[in-house]
Amino acid sequence: MKVLVCISNVPDTTSKINFTDGDTKFDTNGVQFVINPNDEFGLTRAMWLKEKQGATVHVATVGEANVEPTMRKALAIGADEAIRINAVPTDGFFVAQQLAEVVKKGGYDLVIGGRESIDYNGGMVPGILASLLDMNFVNTCIKLEIDGETITAVREIDGGKETLSTSLPLVVGGQKGLVEESDLRIPNMRGIMMARKKALNVVEPIEGIHATDDKKFDKPAPKGDIKLADNVDELVTLLHNEAKVI
Amino acid sequence: MSVIVYTESENGKFKKNAHEVASYATKVAQQMGTTATAVSINCSENETLGDYGISKVLNVQDDSLKPFNAKAFADVLASAISSENATVLIVSSSSDAKYMAPLLAAKLKAGYVPNVVTAPESTSPFQVKRTAFSNKGFAHTEITTEIKIIGVSNNAFGTIENKTDITVEDFSVDVDSNFKTKSTNIDKVVGKATIADADIVVSAGRGLKGPENWGMIEELADVLGAATACSKPVSDLGWRPHGEHVGQTGKPVASNLYIAIGISGAIQHLAGVSASKTKVVINNDPEAPFFKAADYGIVGDAFEVVPELIEKLKEFKAQNS
Ligand SMILES: Cc1cc2nc3c(=O)[nH]c(=O)nc-3n(C[C@H](O)[C@H](O)[C@H](O)COP(=O)(O)OP(=O)(O)OC[C@H]3O[C@@H](n4cnc5c(N)ncnc54)[C@H](O)[C@@H]3O)c2cc1C
Ligand SMILES: Nc1ncnc2c1ncn2[C@@H]1O[C@H](COP(=O)(O)O)[C@@H](O)[C@H]1O
Repeated sequence: MKVLVCISNVPDTTSKINFTDGDTKFDTNGVQFVINPNDEFGLTRAMWLKEKQGATVHVATVGEANVEPTMRKALAIGADEAIRINAVPTDGFFVAQQLAEVVKKGGYDLVIGGRESIDYNGGMVPGILASLLDMNFVNTCIKLEIDGETITAVREIDGGKETLSTSLPLVVGGQKGLVEESDLRIPNMRGIMMARKKALNVVEPIEGIHATDDKKFDKPAPKGDIKLADNVDELVTLLHNEAKVI
Repeated sequence: MSVIVYTESENGKFKKNAHEVASYATKVAQQMGTTATAVSINCSENETLGDYGISKVLNVQDDSLKPFNAKAFADVLASAISSENATVLIVSSSSDAKYMAPLLAAKLKAGYVPNVVTAPESTSPFQVKRTAFSNKGFAHTEITTEIKIIGVSNNAFGTIENKTDITVEDFSVDVDSNFKTKSTNIDKVVGKATIADADIVVSAGRGLKGPENWGMIEELADVLGAATACSKPVSDLGWRPHGEHVGQTGKPVASNLYIAIGISGAIQHLAGVSASKTKVVINNDPEAPFFKAADYGIVGDAFEVVPELIEKLKEFKAQNS
């Protein structure tokens, strides 16, 4: 089985968000970039497929050369090979088209992406990719069991979960649950040394559609001061009379 | 050139978000000088959409479309869009809509923008405002393709009454029910508000000390008709189910009222809940960061404040009902 994990390179979850160039660009100044948390769960799940079922695991990212440290980290965690599509990931449709080309050429049976990137929160790349290639698709996937031809996947739904039966070729939009937090792997020294010798192939983008364009950004208005209630009576009164939420 | 809206239902009844997306679609249709058509699948109360400005419903009744199937539903909507010559599709932010919309985007070569919080800022060029960076920012995004898909954030636009004459037309699509991805089991709490659509969410964190103390949280939620939620460590520790984990890497919360009990207010937690309109914090540490992000609060011990709050709310309900 050939598995491709799609990795989005995102600001660390503690990052302060600022914009620059007249609020048209995200300000990367001083921002630490990491593997998108949703993709990290998928990458660990893929490692289990490698260890227990002999799968080959590659990772792919659409991005410029500055994403390579994040890709090296994925290699240090255990991916066999990395592919970088050399383009600015401007919008989800474009990114999905680029990844679709990689999947087609590489003959992958299983593609694992994340439910969403925590930066632009598009939540669309895996679904578009699946549809472009006519592969099966399970979103918000919290469990994935592959037994020969049969795949059982569980997805999170509003208020519960749904079990699905499906088959390869499959694309998954994953999240926590694919593996647990405590299963996540931190690269060790050996992994980091080995990652240096692994292939990080750079391919040029194909022509694609740009479907959306972020023209401008801004931040929520600063919050007013909190009102502290001295007792529970006062709180209930405030919530009823002032906030009008109960 | 109408605007199409997918109004979701469950067991024949509209979900709460259906009336919000219908109101939103009506607004977009007005901006574009056209009308809004709803697509409704296996629902038995289609006429109610006329209260929110919908003038036509494409009524799909098909047993092979039970339960929800992302690909099949995408096929139905694609077919409705083409038969109505629509250029704009409005969907909600439910987990089903977020599953289906990307499939449709690919099929229709459409730009899809989720998490949209206001009516389009302009319709030519077509520009919408959406949250980005997990609620730490907004993006003003232009959709440049001919067909546009908008995912409306929960509770962001609200429902707007607008009585309109409505016609309901049967609409059928040939569905190949031999699904390649098939539902085999749905495990869902019934009769309880869910984080996705509750007006009120009661959430608790590590300050509660252990899973045995959640009785009062559930009781508080019960009194308020609220959904229960928790911080990430609480679900990682197995005190509460994963489905309750909210925040940047968990479920997003966009309720009217969010009550955080024994939650410190880490940046990753706040990112996922800050879309809620009113936030209340109960914490015994006045320095807890959540006090900087909330609208109301009490500095106090949850084990004293929460039981008292339950009593007061019960009294209050008795007086006001
Ligand atoms: C990549 C990444 C992603 C993350 N994503 C999320 C996420 O999506 N959601 C999330 O929630 N977290 C997330 N976190 C974790 C986050 O950083 C915090 O660790 C977490 O939110 C803290 O949970 P907590 O507030 O329940 O616990 P704590 O930080 O331990 O806070 C407990 C609070 O309870 C108060 N308390 C104690 N006793 C009482 C009492 N008797 N009465 C009242 N108050 C009391 C304390 O004063 C304290 O403020 C993420 C972290 C990382 C690194
Ligand atoms: N630039 C990118 N390169 C590779 N994969 C990506 C990229 N952007 C998004 N993805 C994948 O698509 C998922 C959803 O991203 P998004 O649609 O951007 O929210 C991510 O979790 C990744 O798995």
